[in-house]
Amino acid sequence: MIQLTDVSKTFTLHNQGSAVIEVLRDVDLTVAPGECVALTGASGAGKSTLMRMIYGNYLAQAGQIRIGDLDIVQAEPREIIRLRREVLGYVSQFLRVVPRVPTLDVVAEPLRAVGTPAEAAEARARTLLQQLNIPHRLWSLSPTTFSGGEQQRVNIARGFAHTYPALLLDEPTASLDAANREVVLGLIETAKARGAAIIGIFHDEAARARVCDREIDVTRFTPGLAA
Amino acid sequence: MTPLLSVQGVTKRYGAHIGCADVSFDLYPGEVMGIVGESGSGKSTLLNCLAGHQPPDGGQVVFDTRADGPRDTVRMSEPERRMLGRTDWAFVHQHARDGLRMGVSAGGNVGERLMAVGARYYGDIRHKATDWLARVEIDESRIDDRPTTFSGGMQQRLQIARNLVTGPRLVFMDEPTGGLDVSVQARLLDLLRGLVRDMGLSAIIVTHDLAVVRLLADRLMVMKSGHVVESGLTDQVLDDPQHAYSQLLVSSVLQV
Amino acid sequence: MTDYNFAYLDEQTKRMIRRAILKGLAIPGYQVPFASREMPMPYGWGTGGVQVSAAVLTPEDTFKVIDQGADDTTNAVSIRSFFERTAQVATTTATAEATVIQTRHRIPEAALTEGQILVYQVPIPEPLRFLEPRESETRKMHELEEYGLMHVKLYEDIARHGHIATSYAYPVKVEARYVMDPSPIPKFDNPKLGHMAAIQLFGAGREQRIYALPPYTQVVSLDFEDHPFEASKADHPCGMCGANDSYLDEVIIDDAGGRMFVCSDTDHCEARQAQGHRGKDAA
Repeated sequence: MIQLTDVSKTFTLHNQGSAVIEVLRDVDLTVAPGECVALTGASGAGKSTLMRMIYGNYLAQAGQIRIGDLDIVQAEPREIIRLRREVLGYVSQFLRVVPRVPTLDVVAEPLRAVGTPAEAAEARARTLLQQLNIPHRLWSLSPTTFSGGEQQRVNIARGFAHTYPALLLDEPTASLDAANREVVLGLIETAKARGAAIIGIFHDEAARARVCDREIDVTRFTPGLAA
Repeated sequence: MTPLLSVQGVTKRYGAHIGCADVSFDLYPGEVMGIVGESGSGKSTLLNCLAGHQPPDGGQVVFDTRADGPRDTVRMSEPERRMLGRTDWAFVHQHARDGLRMGVSAGGNVGERLMAVGARYYGDIRHKATDWLARVEIDESRIDDRPTTFSGGMQQRLQIARNLVTGPRLVFMDEPTGGLDVSVQARLLDLLRGLVRDMGLSAIIVTHDLAVVRLLADRLMVMKSGHVVESGLTDQVLDDPQHAYSQLLVSSVLQV
Repeated sequence: MTDYNFAYLDEQTKRMIRRAILKGLAIPGYQVPFASREMPMPYGWGTGGVQVSAAVLTPEDTFKVIDQGADDTTNAVSIRSFFERTAQVATTTATAEATVIQTRHRIPEAALTEGQILVYQVPIPEPLRFLEPRESETRKMHELEEYGLMHVKLYEDIARHGHIATSYAYPVKVEARYVMDPSPIPKFDNPKLGHMAAIQLFGAGREQRIYALPPYTQVVSLDFEDHPFEASKADHPCGMCGANDSYLDEVIIDDAGGRMFVCSDTDHCEARQAQGHRGKDAA
């Protein structure tokens, strides 16, 4: 489902003496449907960078990143947008939303975008918000004013609203209490069971051990850090 | 899929000065594209060439018309181009007073495009105007008031209603949130986002505000000195800019 | 013999104006620019109409001038005497006897006939002017038949007053092509514009425009389907001649608010009285 071949990434800082920073080299990685792979490695090894490249947020300098049939290194913006809408979900650590939009709509939005009728989308959003213990009275408010933990749970609800065939998870359980952590791990297990290919970054070792089938140490793709 | 708008080699000079040079891109139905760059980068010139307000010196602007399929709007007759301007295209000006008739009531402003394409039933026109005022969050009771009595944000929302009432497929926006308070901007952006999604609009938005394009645009073109220096997916260009100028532009924004 | 050329204007100028008139007749409703001359009367006193009259008058013509329907108001009297002096043409107050009638703000009640010419004095010839101040833009709108704005004006009327309150200078569409300002005639007169046997010429001196309706031209008053055009007048009979179908002026007759309604077309009213018709206020 997710296949990376000979992927490299450099940053060229044109305004800082054109410094060229080589971040990743010759990344090869395959994730099958129903499989969950954890990216590991020290801070700065390039886990988040790799995750962002798979999402199309960072541009790869070389190689192929195939999600299903699409090589996102070569894809047109509209192809990536459709991929993100239908195929590839991403739960980042930070919630980024338009001000004023109620929480319920924020969570239902990915479903609305793939054409789910409003009622069904909202029903799913309610279920997820309930599961993640977001108090009912907050649903009609914009999450912009919520606490960090609440925002993260809204973000997770949004990320799991649509049943994406591929999912990227960046620290989904960080700073969650035990009950909510359990809910999120349950959501991941459900997604795996229905055949989603998942790549995740987990600092939470117990969580990693429970949901991940394999671990890939990104350090081995990091020039200068590789042994 | 046929692009809604296919732009090839659009160039505009002002004497020796370059307005915009050799700009090409395809815009597909439902896509929202942002054009960013500093003042004088040629983004407004480009928008005016695309919208038929200025004739480019060279290049093609091919629009997929409802009746006849793809047509080069640069070479079509002026009546045809102006008809597009009243039906399939909309243009939202930075200053609402450039896009509104300040001496005509809010309802008349919204109704004008309907009447321009032949609506002759007052009751229907009134009904549609009322409906559109509600959609842009203007109280129905203000329908007979002139826009001179409206706040800046209301004027801008009225301009949007006036433009969208005939169900256009392509909207050109020139700094749509420029000159508005930040809180008013957020409301307007939210409204625009909803309308773009609900109506399946394609849009080209010129702005120097990167927050606006991050919220509204699927893709981005960065212009400098009349040339497109970088283009791509909006979040990719903003988060991983490749060109020196894009990097400067992104790093110059104050982080809040 | 007078010291003036026939009808005051020199022959070159009259030819120039006639060319504009012919062009106007060829393109009904289209505003033809012309080089308006200074006339020995102020703008607003009918300089456009006077120049058109001067260009069409021949020594054999019989000339009539009405102002708001009346032959005896200052404006009508002074223009009539102007052409009596400068062209020595016969003048009349009888509509049927006149071959050229210059008018301000009215169309005579009696149906005009082939061979007659009606010359209108026009203050502002551009019907789109109040909504679109740019001349370049209004010309473009005429060129491309972009007349939606005209209905915006009528929309505003209905929104504000519940009905189309425009009661004079009511816009019309000529031969399904040009939108035209019929000059400030009451909308009661609008139906007479269409299919008229006489030639209708419109002159705007200050604005330097001439336009025309050849005989039997189709003229339609603009309206909405659910607010159709209505040619309205005061709902009274004429106090002098008892006519029920003529346009009326309201006249205050004493300090106690007493009033009467009389025909604005003085010739029409007098002719009816001569035939023995009497209204309730007739002496």
